[in-house]
Amino acid sequence: MRLRIRFSKLGKVRWTSHRDVARMWERALRRARVPLRYTAGFSPRPQLSFGLALPTGCESVAEYLDAVLAEPVGLEGFGALVSPLLPEGVDALGVGLVEPGTGSLQEEVSSCAWEIAVPDLDADALDAVVARVLGAPHLPVGRERKGRRVTDDLRPAIVDLSRAGGRRPAVVLLAELRTRPRGVRPSELAEAMGVTLGPARRTGQWIERDGSRWEPLTTDAALAAIAGERVP
Amino acid sequence: MTSLWPRIEPLLAGVTKPARYIGGELGAQRPEHGPGRVAWLLIYPDTYEIGLPNQGLQILYEILNERDDALAERAYAPWTDMEAAMRSAGVPLFSLEGNRAGSEFDVLAFNLSAELTYTNVLNLVDLAGVPVRGAHRSSQHPLVVAGGHCAFNPEPLADFVDAFVLGDGEEVVGEMTAVVGAWRAAGGPREDVLRTLATVPGVYVPWCYEPRYHAGRLVAVEPRFPDVAARVEKRVVTDLADWPYPKQQLVPLVEVVHDRLNVEVFRGCTRGCRFCQAGMITRPVRERPAAQVDRMVRDGLARTGYDEVTLTSLSTADFSGIGETVSTIINDPECSGQVSVSLPSLRVDAFTVGLAADIQKVRRTGLTFAPEGGTWRMRQVINKLIREEDLYAAVDAAFSQGWQRVKLYFLIGLPTETDEDVLGIAELARTCVDIGRRYHRNVTVTASVGGFVPKPQTPFQWFGQNTVEELRRKVVLLKDATRATRGLTLRWHDPEATAAEGVASRGDRRMGDVVEHVWRAGGTFQEWSEHFDLGLWTRALAAAGLSLEDAAYRHREEHEVLPWDHLSAGLHRDFLWQDFQDALAEHGLPDCRWTPCYDCGACTGLGVEHVVASPVAPAGGSQGTGQDLASGGAVPVRFLERAPAAVLAATPAGGAAS
Repeated sequence: MRLRIRFSKLGKVRWTSHRDVARMWERALRRARVPLRYTAGFSPRPQLSFGLALPTGCESVAEYLDAVLAEPVGLEGFGALVSPLLPEGVDALGVGLVEPGTGSLQEEVSSCAWEIAVPDLDADALDAVVARVLGAPHLPVGRERKGRRVTDDLRPAIVDLSRAGGRRPAVVLLAELRTRPRGVRPSELAEAMGVTLGPARRTGQWIERDGSRWEPLTTDAALAAIAGERVP
Repeated sequence: MTSLWPRIEPLLAGVTKPARYIGGELGAQRPEHGPGRVAWLLIYPDTYEIGLPNQGLQILYEILNERDDALAERAYAPWTDMEAAMRSAGVPLFSLEGNRAGSEFDVLAFNLSAELTYTNVLNLVDLAGVPVRGAHRSSQHPLVVAGGHCAFNPEPLADFVDAFVLGDGEEVVGEMTAVVGAWRAAGGPREDVLRTLATVPGVYVPWCYEPRYHAGRLVAVEPRFPDVAARVEKRVVTDLADWPYPKQQLVPLVEVVHDRLNVEVFRGCTRGCRFCQAGMITRPVRERPAAQVDRMVRDGLARTGYDEVTLTSLSTADFSGIGETVSTIINDPECSGQVSVSLPSLRVDAFTVGLAADIQKVRRTGLTFAPEGGTWRMRQVINKLIREEDLYAAVDAAFSQGWQRVKLYFLIGLPTETDEDVLGIAELARTCVDIGRRYHRNVTVTASVGGFVPKPQTPFQWFGQNTVEELRRKVVLLKDATRATRGLTLRWHDPEATAAEGVASRGDRRMGDVVEHVWRAGGTFQEWSEHFDLGLWTRALAAAGLSLEDAAYRHREEHEVLPWDHLSAGLHRDFLWQDFQDALAEHGLPDCRWTPCYDCGACTGLGVEHVVASPVAPAGGSQGTGQDLASGGAVPVRFLERAPAAVLAATPAGGAAS
């Protein structure tokens, strides 16, 4: 039996790493007495798998983990049971069963949605940058790879880019970035756009196949918990 | 009064491992500040990862926060990148819980576990916005206090720390809180609180004592006032059952050293290893009742979610009924077989390996033994009475039961050491590789070699340590002797760091100028090889008119006044001297838990006894190795005056559980 859990990472805890989050969950599930299945062999570990690493310092309301269970458990009240055992800012937002044969989060997720504060631009200036970036055929950015400086074209990785509407006082950029062939970080987007970006929050992960798209887990609980959240 | 978080958070994006500055651990408290509550900031003067697991700090954190008249928050040394960011942004040292400035606390309390952190202590006081020298502080500033093993020679920090606590802190922090609270309420000058603190048993206030020198040597450290003790005795908690702390061990969000549940099973050690300061200054042995250990393990695992527990002490295999305790844990149905137990500092014997095999059914990675000396002669000198047969039997048992990696700890630069003793290390390690090859194609034996630093309040406190050059020469000897052996890895500690540690370890009050000089020259994190610089220390010594030769390399004389003679860990100076002479004569001394008393002074002087549940020594021998001490040609003991009553108190296991 495989559980898929959607969870948040908000506030101070955003400064912890992907690995730290994995260890938090491992301890919390053990404290909740969730019957985890362990790997066989020399060094048994609980069978937990996390999706795409969230860069340290970013917030998220759309993190996922899959947990393989040794025996079935009821899902009702799962979030209320587990959330108090997690650090402040990490809460279970939704939980569901994963159909047998479903691929891992790493394999399936094809893009991520982000909300990113833009501290230095007003709305019109941001609109101009967005138009320029979306109109550009190529967006070269440099990065270190295995000690060598390489140049990547970021343009194909940008699925969508827009300014958040509504009555928000802050100027906020909405971005959807591809995760393949590799996950693009908000910091790389900032470099490609030539603007300073503030704190980023992952708001969604998407699986796109054969022309349709869906989230790894859709539950009313998850949506309800997200409602009313503000961008930092 | 307000949280500094809005000024801290913008710094985090630019520093390594930012999560070490956010707190948020399971078990962290958010105490309310207010009048009538003495605010303690408990500080570990090294990184978060090193400092967080410290059990002493966590114990005091809980005890203080349980009191109505006190509260405690925590801080650790920010890494150099964070410190630079804080200084340039004008952010002072802050507490992790409430993000309050250090200067808002009544007491800054440091844990002193290692001498090379002394410069960090100064740096953190300064970062808190408090003058580093006590003489420059006013009643508006926090008091700076310190405790931990290094407090048994506090003189190098005497100019910077207002009060030191000797020994166990559980009880004394309450008494200090009362003194500080009354002083804050009355609003008197700083001298008032220092004078009163000096009358609290176990508290040493350096300002109340005057060192005298003659011809460049310390000749006395004397009280300046009639009502302060000429000799400060350490504090001892007599019954660990009364102190089941930490009850809520902190579980950090980030990975730290010793990242597992820790349960202290006993305090003190009487194996009598002559180089070991911890064993000497924490006597007598006080075991925790086994039933309480079981409960602390069970509750702790359930509360924390850890899947590993360490039973801590200076020699856990000596805990009475260790076998039962371990089997209770690993057979607990609640743990469903997924909990592993680790024992720090394994004793070198087959019994211990058997125990390790029982508990490490899974994750059987490596085993560590500490023979410390390369030859039987050397081990008699240091009173680590392990014969070659014992070590080989233990290593054979380890390899035959599935382990493929064995680590061996040794010291070099010990008293009377010859090149033969040094090369004995290579010989032992090579033989261990040969034994391993009988069972596995690929084995790894790591010989880890540290330079010996003589420590205060030990039999070797008079010994002049080896020079940097001599230690280097011995390392080269070992490198040459081990190079050809496949599967054998030699690791060694930097001899230059050993020299600096020696300077700080046995220095008198004049060493304070050296510590300050090194700090002002940028020498923080001297425990870390990437920041350590012996040049800083030698230049600072020269500037203070002192030298490495005199501070570290010189043998002290029998009747010379030592900088810590006015402080007592309970050990008689003549016992220590006699034990040093026995060492030089290559005489071993059995463990006094199960043999007659040598009158070291710890039990008799302090009016306490060993609290040991088992009346018989474990695994057949008082040194735990199943050996006859007379073997190897040792004439065991020369008895000193024997104390009548305080030899051994047989407490039924669990009888004193609270």
